[in-house]
Amino acid sequence: MTTTAPGPGRSPTRERLAPPRRRPLTLRRRESRAGLALVAPTLLVTIAVIGIPIVWTVVLAFQRVRLATLRKTGLFGDFTMDNIDRVLHTPGFAETLWVTLIYSIGGTVGSIVLGLVAALVVRRPFRGRTLVRASMLLPYVAPVVAATFVWQVMLDPQLGVVNAWGQRLLGWDAPVPFLTQESTALATVIIFEAWRYFPFAFLFLLARLQAVPGELEEAARVDGATPTQRFRHILLPQLLPVIALLGVLRFIMTFNKFDDVYLLTGGAAGTEVVSVRVYEFLTARTDIGAAAAQAVVLAVVLIVFVLIYLRFFGRRVS
Amino acid sequence: MDRDVVETVSLRWLRRLVIAVFLVITVFPFYYMLLLSVRPIERLLLDPGALVVGFGELTVATYAEVLKATDDGGQGFLTFIRNSGLVAVAATVLTLLVAIPGAYAVARLRFFGRRQVDFLFLAVYLFPSIVIAIPLFVVFTRAGLRGSLFGLVLVYISQTLPVSVYMLKNYFETIPVSLEESAAIDGAGRLGIIRRVSLPLAMPSIMAVALYDFMIAWNEFLFALLFLVDKPNRWTVSLGLSLLADGVEVPKTVLMAGSVVLTVPIVILFFASERLLTEGLTSGAEKG
Repeated sequence: MTTTAPGPGRSPTRERLAPPRRRPLTLRRRESRAGLALVAPTLLVTIAVIGIPIVWTVVLAFQRVRLATLRKTGLFGDFTMDNIDRVLHTPGFAETLWVTLIYSIGGTVGSIVLGLVAALVVRRPFRGRTLVRASMLLPYVAPVVAATFVWQVMLDPQLGVVNAWGQRLLGWDAPVPFLTQESTALATVIIFEAWRYFPFAFLFLLARLQAVPGELEEAARVDGATPTQRFRHILLPQLLPVIALLGVLRFIMTFNKFDDVYLLTGGAAGTEVVSVRVYEFLTARTDIGAAAAQAVVLAVVLIVFVLIYLRFFGRRVS
Repeated sequence: MDRDVVETVSLRWLRRLVIAVFLVITVFPFYYMLLLSVRPIERLLLDPGALVVGFGELTVATYAEVLKATDDGGQGFLTFIRNSGLVAVAATVLTLLVAIPGAYAVARLRFFGRRQVDFLFLAVYLFPSIVIAIPLFVVFTRAGLRGSLFGLVLVYISQTLPVSVYMLKNYFETIPVSLEESAAIDGAGRLGIIRRVSLPLAMPSIMAVALYDFMIAWNEFLFALLFLVDKPNRWTVSLGLSLLADGVEVPKTVLMAGSVVLTVPIVILFFASERLLTEGLTSGAEKG
């Protein structure tokens, strides 16, 4: 690990760039100093606003801290396992973890499958392709608050368009409260997740698809491979490394997600994921120690899952 | 008919159908948002399934209510827009100031710990933001930074920095070293090279990163909620809108007008720079 070591003085202005390889030691050293000086601000900000907080969360997780007693608590006060103990034994902990897992896997798989289909259909040029491609990115670039609100309104039992048309065309007997009943809430949240993040997978997969050499497919066609066979044996093997990478990226990001679930359901109706629970501990119960402990548990579980994943797909990802 | 012909023909039709379905699911929610924002609430309750604005229904009263200052009986979104804009622009500019030298160093210069720095950014990018939020909440409460826009800018920099460094680094690596060398032979120093050669060449990528950072900061919700909730005059648009929904009976149409106000700047920015952005975002992926 490197610590912040800003080079003595700012980067020297009069220094020359050496030819690559076998440069004399002094130039090499200057380059090293310039490098450290230039990267120092980035490192400082990252360590100050991210590194220290992460360490501090771990410390807080083992202390008895409440918002009210905050001013009296020292950084290295009495350590206790109470928080971890409490978090693990509070009712609903296992369920929250399970919900988070289903939500993450569902959201990840959904967004990748949708993204793959989208990338395949806009792969070849057609009229209006640029516009279609841009529209497909809309769910991803739109602000999360606006996206969740429009979904809430669309799915609203009284004035939502989905229930209006569902009753009119599909013959639903009664309006379905998608986001407030246990049987549909989690599925709806997962579908939202897939809808909102498929553009992310779409972008990566489209870029990879367009880098597949045309001759490969042409040769397979000449040999008599049908379109589905060409996809199965030519394109899919080319895409697998990207899919594996997307799998781990999306899983991590979904596992950490707070906004989407919080805004859609507030964690009600069996959709409480770990981040929403941490937020509840932090604000509603103002129990900082428990919130930190919960967050640490979240991070540890996440790291374990990622390690398991890398163990199985590691070669593909790298 | 052989299998090839059957597949080719059916896939051609399937493809058109799928494109149409994708267009509907991506565009319709935003169309619906716009539609509701200009319909009076009474009409919406009578006919929730309508897909066009009925004759003589069109109203902009919803927008007036959202934008007017709270003193005039509105929701004060103009202030929120100003706050969001300020925070997003400040976060973007400061992120770039820090990220450009950092990314250049990681891409070009050999220094002690360079590979670790590279890895560090990826790890930080993927770390749960709720984990970081707790101590920041504590520190900001103690330091009296809660409720200040400056504190929020600081947090947003940390959110945008890792991905900015990563994207810029990928781009700097594609600039031929020989260009910089010839500048060095002409007597330019390191900073001169960065300013006169690397920066102009990296401009498209820098613009893409700037837009991306702006979007992240404009759309951000969790930290705004944690830090600003007690200070209504400091709310960002995202926060103001989400709290509007919690408040006393606000009609859904007004809520949708607020959503449009929140979304429109981003969509305009996005369509104005779509090409730049998609290429900038994936320029690192094509190698993998």
